[in-house]
Amino acid sequence: MAVIRAENLTYVYGAGTPFERKALDGVSFEIERGEFVGLIGHTGSGKSTLIQHLNGLLRPTEGRVFVDDRDIWEDEKSIREVRFKVGLVFQYPEYQLFEETVEKDIAFGPKNMGLSDEEIAERVREAARFVGIDEESLSKSPFELSGGQKRRVAIAGVIAMRPEVLILDEPTAGLDPRGRREILGRIDDYHRESGAAVIIVTHSMEEAARYASRIIVLDDNGINCTGTPAEVFARADELERIGLDVPMVTKVFRELKRLGVAVDPAVYTVEDGVRELLRVKGGNVRGNA
Amino acid sequence: MAMLKDITLGQYFPGNTPLHRMDPRMKILLTIAYIVVLFVADGLVSYLAIIAFLCTAIAISHIKPKMILRGMKTLIFIIALTGILNMFYTKGEGKPLLSFWNVAIYKEGIVTAVFMIVRIILLISGTFMLTYTTSPLQLTDGIESLLKPLEKIHVPAHELAMMMSIALRFIPTLIEEADKIMSAQKARGADFESGGLLRRAKALIPLLVPLFISAFRRADELAVAMECRCYHGGEGRTRMRSLKFGTVDLWALLTVAALAAAVILLKVFPLEVFGI
Repeated sequence: MAVIRAENLTYVYGAGTPFERKALDGVSFEIERGEFVGLIGHTGSGKSTLIQHLNGLLRPTEGRVFVDDRDIWEDEKSIREVRFKVGLVFQYPEYQLFEETVEKDIAFGPKNMGLSDEEIAERVREAARFVGIDEESLSKSPFELSGGQKRRVAIAGVIAMRPEVLILDEPTAGLDPRGRREILGRIDDYHRESGAAVIIVTHSMEEAARYASRIIVLDDNGINCTGTPAEVFARADELERIGLDVPMVTKVFRELKRLGVAVDPAVYTVEDGVRELLRVKGGNVRGNA
Repeated sequence: MAMLKDITLGQYFPGNTPLHRMDPRMKILLTIAYIVVLFVADGLVSYLAIIAFLCTAIAISHIKPKMILRGMKTLIFIIALTGILNMFYTKGEGKPLLSFWNVAIYKEGIVTAVFMIVRIILLISGTFMLTYTTSPLQLTDGIESLLKPLEKIHVPAHELAMMMSIALRFIPTLIEEADKIMSAQKARGADFESGGLLRRAKALIPLLVPLFISAFRRADELAVAMECRCYHGGEGRTRMRSLKFGTVDLWALLTVAALAAAVILLKVFPLEVFGI
C-alpha cells in the first residue's frame, strides 16, 4: 500500500507577481511502504519544492497529497501530525541546530509530539545509535562537534520522531567520501531496521544506483521517468540530454563494450562491475591481474 | 513566511528613467530638501504643490503607484495612530463638533489630523522614490561621498558606507536563511503560529539561535574574502563608476528649489482656500 500518494501536484512561486514561476507541473507518483527511493534531477528541476509538499511545508497550488490515504490538507490543524509521519531533513541540516546539548536538540521533535519524558529519552538514545553518535557526545554542545557529526545529530533529530517516511535532501552535500559513505550507510541501516520508507534527493548517480530500489527522475518541473536503477540508467542518452548522467562505472562498461570487449554494459555499482568482469574472465581474475 | 518576503523597504526597481540616472548625491540631498519643505509647508495650496511635484516624480520614474502603496502597508498603523492622536489632542476655538466624557473633537483637530496623515504619506512616498530608483550600491556611494568632508573631524565615512552597503546586501540573504531555518524547524514540529505571546516568543528561539550563528559565520567568511582581495579601507580606492553631476541633476535641483521657494512664499503670504 502506498504511504504517500501525490496527485497532479502543481506549484507556482510568487503567483500574481512579476516573479511568477512554475516550479512543479502536474506531478503524480506513489511511495510504497518501506521503499528506498532516489530522487534525481538537475538543479532547479523542482526536487526541493517537491519534497516540501510531502510533509505539508508547501501547499500545492493545484493537486493533492495523500499520506496514509488521507489528504493532508483536508484538516489544516492536523498538518503537524503529517510532519511527524513524514520526516524531512533539509540540505545542510546542521545549520538548524540550536539547543545547548546534542541530547536536547535531538529531543526537539519528540518533545513537539508531546511524548512523555521516558519515551523521549528512549527515542533520543535510539536515534543517536542509528546515526552513530555515542553516549558521551549527547551531553556536549552541538557546536563543539565536527561538521559531519553535526549533520548526523540533525538527521537523528528527525529520526527520533520515528517517521514512516524519511526524506533527506542531499544528505551528503559537502562531505568527504568517507563522511558520505558513513552517512549513507547509516541511513541504509536505518531503512532496513525500521522498515520506514526513505527518499533521498541526490546529485550523485552512484549513490542513487547503490542504495535506491527505485529512482524518480525529475526534469522541467515534472517526472521524466521512474523505475529501478537498471531501467533508469539504461536510458543514458536521455539522462545526459536533461543534464544528468549515469554512474561512472556504467560509463566504463559502456566504453568497454564500444571497444569490443564482450561485457554487459548494464552495470550500475562497482560490486556489479567486479562480478561482471569476473564473469567475462571466467572467474579467474587474480591470474590475469 | 509570506510576511518576510513582502518587505519592500529599501527595495530597488531597476530602470532607465531620468530619475534612475540622476546622481545619487543629488537625489539624497534633494530628498532631504523635500522633507524640510514638507515640514515648512502650511496650507492647502502648499500641499497641493508638493503632491503635484511627487506625482510628477512618480510618473517620470515609471514606478507603479501600486508599489508605493504596498510599501506603505507596513506603516499603516503608525500613520493611523498619528492621525488619531492629532485629532483628539488639538484644541480648537469654536464649539467642539463632538464631545463625550472628557474628549472633544474640534474642526481644527480634524484638519490637523488630515494634514498630518497627508504629510506622513508624502514623507514616506518621497523617501520610497529615493530607494526605489537608486540601487543600494549607488546609495552608499552617494552617502560616502557626501560624508567625505566630515573625515576631517574623524568621521569614518568610508567605513560607515561600507557597513551600510553590507547590511543592505545581506537583508535578503538573511530573510532567505530565516525562511529555510523556519521550514526546517517546522519539519520537526515547531509551531510558530499559535499560543500566547510568551509561547510565541519562546518558539522563536529555535529560529533565532541558528540565524545568529549563521550571520556570524557569514560575517567571518565575508571578512576573510575581503582580505583575500586586499581590502584595506577606502584610502586610495578608485571607482569604476565615479559620480558626476549632469543636466538631469541641474533640472531636478531647479525644480526642488522652485518648490521650496513657492512653499516658503506661501508660508509668509498665506493663500487661503476654503478657509484652510
